[in-house]
Amino acid sequence: MKTLEDLKKIREEMQSQINLRTDESDVTRIVVGMATCGIAAGARPVLEALVNEVGSRKLQNVVVTQTGCIGVCRLEPIVEVYEKGQEKVTYVQMDPDKARKLVSEHLVNGRVVQAWTIGAAE
Amino acid sequence: MKELSLNVLDLAQNALSAGARHIEIAIEESEADDRLSLRIADDGSGMDPDFLAGVTDPFVTTRTTRPVGMGIPLIKMAAEMAEGDFRIRSQKGEGTELTATFRRSHMDRMPVGDMAGTLAALVQGAPDVDYIYKRTTDCGSFTFDTALIRKELEGVPLGEPAVLNWIREYIVSGEAEVMAENM
Ligand SMILES: Nc1ncnc2c1ncn2[C@@H]1O[C@H](COP(=O)(O)OP(=O)(O)OP(=O)(O)O)[C@@H](O)[C@H]1O
Ligand SMILES: [Mg+2]
Repeated sequence: MKTLEDLKKIREEMQSQINLRTDESDVTRIVVGMATCGIAAGARPVLEALVNEVGSRKLQNVVVTQTGCIGVCRLEPIVEVYEKGQEKVTYVQMDPDKARKLVSEHLVNGRVVQAWTIGAAE
Repeated sequence: MKELSLNVLDLAQNALSAGARHIEIAIEESEADDRLSLRIADDGSGMDPDFLAGVTDPFVTTRTTRPVGMGIPLIKMAAEMAEGDFRIRSQKGEGTELTATFRRSHMDRMPVGDMAGTLAALVQGAPDVDYIYKRTTDCGSFTFDTALIRKELEGVPLGEPAVLNWIREYIVSGEAEVMAENM
């Protein structure tokens, strides 16, 4: 059973960490489409996988956010990556495994996974 | 939707889009009465009566005249399919409350599903909003309230992965306490 006491530990840990986040303009954004069709297609576990992967790898300059409808219902769940100085990359028909792989390949190793992009799907 | 918790996530997104600062989610189920009810209340911008009438019955109006989507029709259908009903009340500038009821044992009644995942996703997406989630069964009730958590965290953001994981586990174990299987 989790208790409010456990939160205290998390708080102390977080407070002792120096925030290394670089300035806002360097931040990479991962955006998950969370409108009705995205949710129905499985966006919630994709979001969860992204948040956990970014968190456990302690990627300080990456933020995961949510948005409404991105557009193409049949290609949901859709994830967009906005990186400074790069063109937006749109990944389609994502699942939690692909989401974790996206973090390691695209964000850590800097290689876009072409096979999962909207360009490859169409 | 495969489970009610996904409808809840979708409907709570409507409340967030409407600028809600407080969202209350309550799921009450009674094996004895064979009922399950879901209530979502928010203090967002609300809807005026004309708009509300259309949202409740979207198939009579065309999509081009009004922005009607799938979220509300889906939950209404889900309730009606399981011998339940759907109600929505809203007041411009005050907020919105929707209630869906189901016959609990009905074959077409969707499972509640992963409410912990839904709350974690909501907190992740809008960590400054206050959420109260209450789950009631014949065995008792469990309440999750972000106001208490916020106090405990003294400024640490609720959207931190460690906090989100705590929230998920806290809800899973809290719900398990009030589930009949554990009696
Ligand atoms: N809680 C709420 N507060 C204020 N307005 C709401 C609320 N819920 C729904 N609405 C209004 O009703 C409309 C229809 O909602 P619904 O969820 O059915 O579709 P949608 O959100 O427009 O699209 P989607 O299909 O992606 O859900 C919304 O666009 C919004 O204008
Ligand atoms: Mg909606």
